[in-house]
Amino acid sequence: MAAFTVALRSGGLINGLRTSFRSLAPGKYGAVAAAMSPTNLHWGCRWGSMTVKERIDHKRETALRGGGQHRIDAQHKKGKLTARERVELLLDPDTFVESDMFVEHRCSDFGMEQDKNKFPGDSVVTGRGRINGRLVYVFSQDFTVFGGSLSGAHAQKICKIMDQALTVGAPVIGLNDSGGARIQEGVESLAGYADIFLRNVMASGVVPQISLIMGPCAGGAVYSPALTDFTFMVKDTSYLFITGPDVVKSVTNEDVTQEELGGAKTHTTVSGVAHHAFEDDVEALLNVREFFNFLPLSNQDAAPIRECHDCSDRLVHSLDTIVPLETTKAYDMLDIVKATVDESDFFEIMPNYAKNIVVGFARMNGRTVGIVGNQPKVASGCLDINSSVKGARFVRFCDAFNIPIITFVDVPGFLPGTAQEYGGIIRHGAKLLYAFAEATVPKITIITRKAYGGAYDVMSSKHLRGDVNYAWPTAEVAVMGAKGAVQIIFRGKENQAAAEAEYVEKFANPFPAALRGFVDDIIEPSTTRQRICRDLEVLASKKQLNPWKKHANIPL
Amino acid sequence: MAAHRLSPSLNRLLIAGKYASLRTSCCAAHGYSQYSTACSPDEKTFDKILIANRGEIACRVMKTCQKMGIQTVAVHSDVDASAVHVKMADEAVCVGPAPTSKSYLNMDAIMEAVRATGAQAVHPGYGFLSENKEFAKRLAAEGVAFIGPDTHAIQAMGDKIESKLIAKAATVNTIPGYDGVVKTAEEAVKISRDIGYPVMIKASAGGGGKGMRIAWNDEETREGFRFSSQEAASSFGDDRLLIEKFIDNPRHIEIQVLADKHGNALWLNERECSIQRRNQKVVEEAPSTFLDPATRRAMGEQAVLLARAVQYSSAGTVEFLVDSNKNFFFLEMNTRLQVEHPITECITGLDLVEQMIRVAKGYQLQHKQEDIPINGWAIESRVYAEDPYKSFGLPSIGRLSRYQEPLSLSNVRVDSGIQEGSDISIYYDPMISKLVTYGATRAEALSRMEDALDSYVIRGVTHNISLLREIITHPRFISGDISTNFLPEVYPDGFKGHRLQPDRRRELLAAAAALHVAAQLRSQRVLGNLRVASAPVHCDHWELCVELEDGRHPVQVTKSGSGFTVEVDGEKVEVEGEWNLASPLLPLTINDTHRVLQCLSREASGRLVLQYLGTAFKVRVLSGLAAQLNSFMPEKIPEDTSSLLRSPMPGAVVAVSVKPGDTVSEGQEICVIEAMKMQNSLTAARQAKVKSVHCKPGETVGEGDLLVELE
Repeated sequence: MAAFTVALRSGGLINGLRTSFRSLAPGKYGAVAAAMSPTNLHWGCRWGSMTVKERIDHKRETALRGGGQHRIDAQHKKGKLTARERVELLLDPDTFVESDMFVEHRCSDFGMEQDKNKFPGDSVVTGRGRINGRLVYVFSQDFTVFGGSLSGAHAQKICKIMDQALTVGAPVIGLNDSGGARIQEGVESLAGYADIFLRNVMASGVVPQISLIMGPCAGGAVYSPALTDFTFMVKDTSYLFITGPDVVKSVTNEDVTQEELGGAKTHTTVSGVAHHAFEDDVEALLNVREFFNFLPLSNQDAAPIRECHDCSDRLVHSLDTIVPLETTKAYDMLDIVKATVDESDFFEIMPNYAKNIVVGFARMNGRTVGIVGNQPKVASGCLDINSSVKGARFVRFCDAFNIPIITFVDVPGFLPGTAQEYGGIIRHGAKLLYAFAEATVPKITIITRKAYGGAYDVMSSKHLRGDVNYAWPTAEVAVMGAKGAVQIIFRGKENQAAAEAEYVEKFANPFPAALRGFVDDIIEPSTTRQRICRDLEVLASKKQLNPWKKHANIPL
Repeated sequence: MAAHRLSPSLNRLLIAGKYASLRTSCCAAHGYSQYSTACSPDEKTFDKILIANRGEIACRVMKTCQKMGIQTVAVHSDVDASAVHVKMADEAVCVGPAPTSKSYLNMDAIMEAVRATGAQAVHPGYGFLSENKEFAKRLAAEGVAFIGPDTHAIQAMGDKIESKLIAKAATVNTIPGYDGVVKTAEEAVKISRDIGYPVMIKASAGGGGKGMRIAWNDEETREGFRFSSQEAASSFGDDRLLIEKFIDNPRHIEIQVLADKHGNALWLNERECSIQRRNQKVVEEAPSTFLDPATRRAMGEQAVLLARAVQYSSAGTVEFLVDSNKNFFFLEMNTRLQVEHPITECITGLDLVEQMIRVAKGYQLQHKQEDIPINGWAIESRVYAEDPYKSFGLPSIGRLSRYQEPLSLSNVRVDSGIQEGSDISIYYDPMISKLVTYGATRAEALSRMEDALDSYVIRGVTHNISLLREIITHPRFISGDISTNFLPEVYPDGFKGHRLQPDRRRELLAAAAALHVAAQLRSQRVLGNLRVASAPVHCDHWELCVELEDGRHPVQVTKSGSGFTVEVDGEKVEVEGEWNLASPLLPLTINDTHRVLQCLSREASGRLVLQYLGTAFKVRVLSGLAAQLNSFMPEKIPEDTSSLLRSPMPGAVVAVSVKPGDTVSEGQEICVIEAMKMQNSLTAARQAKVKSVHCKPGETVGEGDLLVELE
């Protein structure tokens, strides 16, 4: 929010938005507003003599052309598709049902009331369609019309399909490509944003919301994607920031490019704002189709089950040797995940951010599951601020949408240090704890190696209502590693090595936890897939309710 | 160590069951119908044998031991603690850390293991200590049998010069040559005539092909003498020349011998091992297409003469170079079991390991020379974890995330020492397995090899299946026209994978398009009762665009029964299959031909990697609309790599020859990487100044790791 405040101070939100937009497309916006296609003029003159039917056809035709051919060409030249091309590619062929094609903006200032400045449908394409046969609502901002800027009408169109999506119970996918607010409309535009924000919040946890940033998205506009469940970006052509490089320079005197400030790389590796980045528009849209298939349509639906060709009884022999013999040696948790799930098909969320935790969607015997796993390959798989927040948000999404959670645990503890403590690891770590504890979906946990200290509790432990908790023979459930433990228990004593060996013998194995029933069974790794598939069948009818509350109070 | 962390009881509990199942599957599945000598139960040999080796050969020896009722002891390095050979053995002893010098070559530790386990004999396999006379001596000193020849035979054949002299004395053909220095052109002509053309004139101080000439007649000899002496003088400052017989287009053919301690010796026919890269064999077969019975007999008899000359006992191999006129010359004798012994077992029906064990115990050979048959034909492909696109094979490492041997096919034998989940590490030989096929005829064995290579699933490491399949289907190989120069002659610019002919290209495009459609259709199949009904697109015709290499092909797919009719470049291709999207193998019937493809990866973006005819092809399948829109997408420029020197393989940095600020010229050595006992010199691609160095000697680097950056 700090950056947002800065924008307000430096001349109000509108100014902030305008400045940021200018930096995106210098001079072009003005050109859009002033330009008028000769075709438009020509047709405009003949309106008087046209029948209603002709006028309808004409309007539809004009709507399909968006801002006109030369703007479409300019969009293509930038390596971007038009709003309509995107919708067409995203949805199954011939399933798009458009709404509000005839809506036009209502601004009458600055010459906007002239016919040449009216575009049927305004700067957004909205409607519903199907992805692999499943219902979805879509809006796609049209950069060729006033730079995709958000007018009151534009916002109203988006709100309409969001309302419908909520009524029906179907996801909303937003394709963002907008310069910002329609400055000519002033507060009307701001109100539009707020209307969308409110709906984003109302829809949160009711229907899945996905944002795909395919161009600029700056100023207040960024809060819509931020409120949705998943934000995806297109590399090199999309940007997300509160204030653009120019404002940053004038306020903090920092020199930064758009790409560095809010490009796909920044948001998928540094800020954690976006969940995935794709090479180009085509790749992004095809991937969103694939991603959509993992999700239920709403919180009233169970996790979808797709036809599965991978045998649920398949023994995965490679898992028997995956955990190295030396406890200090790293291995790749992704190898375990991919070997376990259907067809090695794992849609990883935030693969390049907080890589010490792995989260994403997969299927077990066809049914969508959410996977959470500590990644021993990165920072030993410890929990820190970023990984806790990344994990927590993912767990809450799964819980909200009835997606079972499979947790693979190999965690040496929370990351120590002043940076973490000052950054509030206590508060942020609590989020992951909170998310796992609160979740009522089926929860299956597999301890592959270390489960140390408080981090053991956090990682979907039995104590947080884990439904099925397994340990591999290599599991070590303990308060801490042998060395540290021995230094405390036998402080100052000689023969630490012998004490360490004793500690290892006693605690560095799955028995203490198994004896107490904190893990349900010690299983051969190769049977993991089989076990999970069978458990999920049984847990499909799981019913668990948390006490009634207005809403919970997660430590934000 | 697992043993430390697990209580013993748990270890037993979990692993006992696994051992048992593994062992049965190994024995049963490999179906050793190819060698079936019945071991007589009253012929007692040893109670317990220690196998001083690892990997496939250790497993191979243990299989015979198990068949003979002999207890087995495995030795292993610490990284091999859960290797297959360790699981197969009745007992296992750790003999040191990963580097071979500290484990598998550590005689003290292995001797200690022999004592501790009470093994009565040691089988050394090949490599490691198999031809180490010191090891054989130490075993003998402790009364432990060495399953191999006696020390003096190892010694005599271990020395190149001595072995040649012994061979000469035993009237074995050796490469004729004049050992002295040649002084004049006329003397050179005289010597050449004595040796017989063609001859090779080479500088005494020579190397690297400099000062070397091949002469086919007197005139060329005179000329060659002149040029060579000039070149030798300018290159080495020494114009002394030698002349020896030039073996034109040599083949590498070896004779398997088997001898006992009672003076009996047999030759078990030949193995053709001409297909080599960097002096390492790649594909072997038995018998050779090249030998006629008379030559075979002559070579066999000479091999036996040599074996007798050194009182050889056990199995051994006499290697010959054979020229295009079927003249053969002794090269060397290997006093051990060879890697490629299975093909001899296939055609003779003998179990060589069993024979070695019997001989070591002092039994006489059971067979006479006339009992040794040539039954059918056997081919062996050495499946390596290496990248065949880099000098016919640079080692690669990794974890076998998926591994499935083609054992469901008949007459296929796979000798391997790894399984799904195994690591191919930088410490040991990167061989994955020896894939052997057997048939009544060569054509049958070759056709089985094609099927076996196509059905062999190896994921997680780069492998050389593509090269193997290209070799065995190459017209020159099929016609038997091969020599040790086969690979460089056939692929002068390096191996680049299968080159698709138009009809094969169409098949691949059709298969890719059909697979894409099958996956699309499956994506629509959502099960269960849905609150909002699904509305799948009912469609039986798809317009697609398939990109392969540089080409874009519009493709029309129409559903027809369980398959698809695919129209590619104006031709119709029928593709049928079960379309199991989880199986690593994709068996298809394409235009009535059965083909096994493998889908190596499939992405939402339409990108597929299909292994077809052994080679992995990158394909992209897009709908017509997506393809049209894709033309607006910008080409993403890949990172300029000419200034970045990356490690071409995983290994250890041996030396770094530059430091930041140095100017290097094109081709200058920058650093040396050692991997799998091979030193590779990495050189500068262009003249440049060194910007930064990112590695130091002794460091381990992975494939693709940045070593040195140039400006």
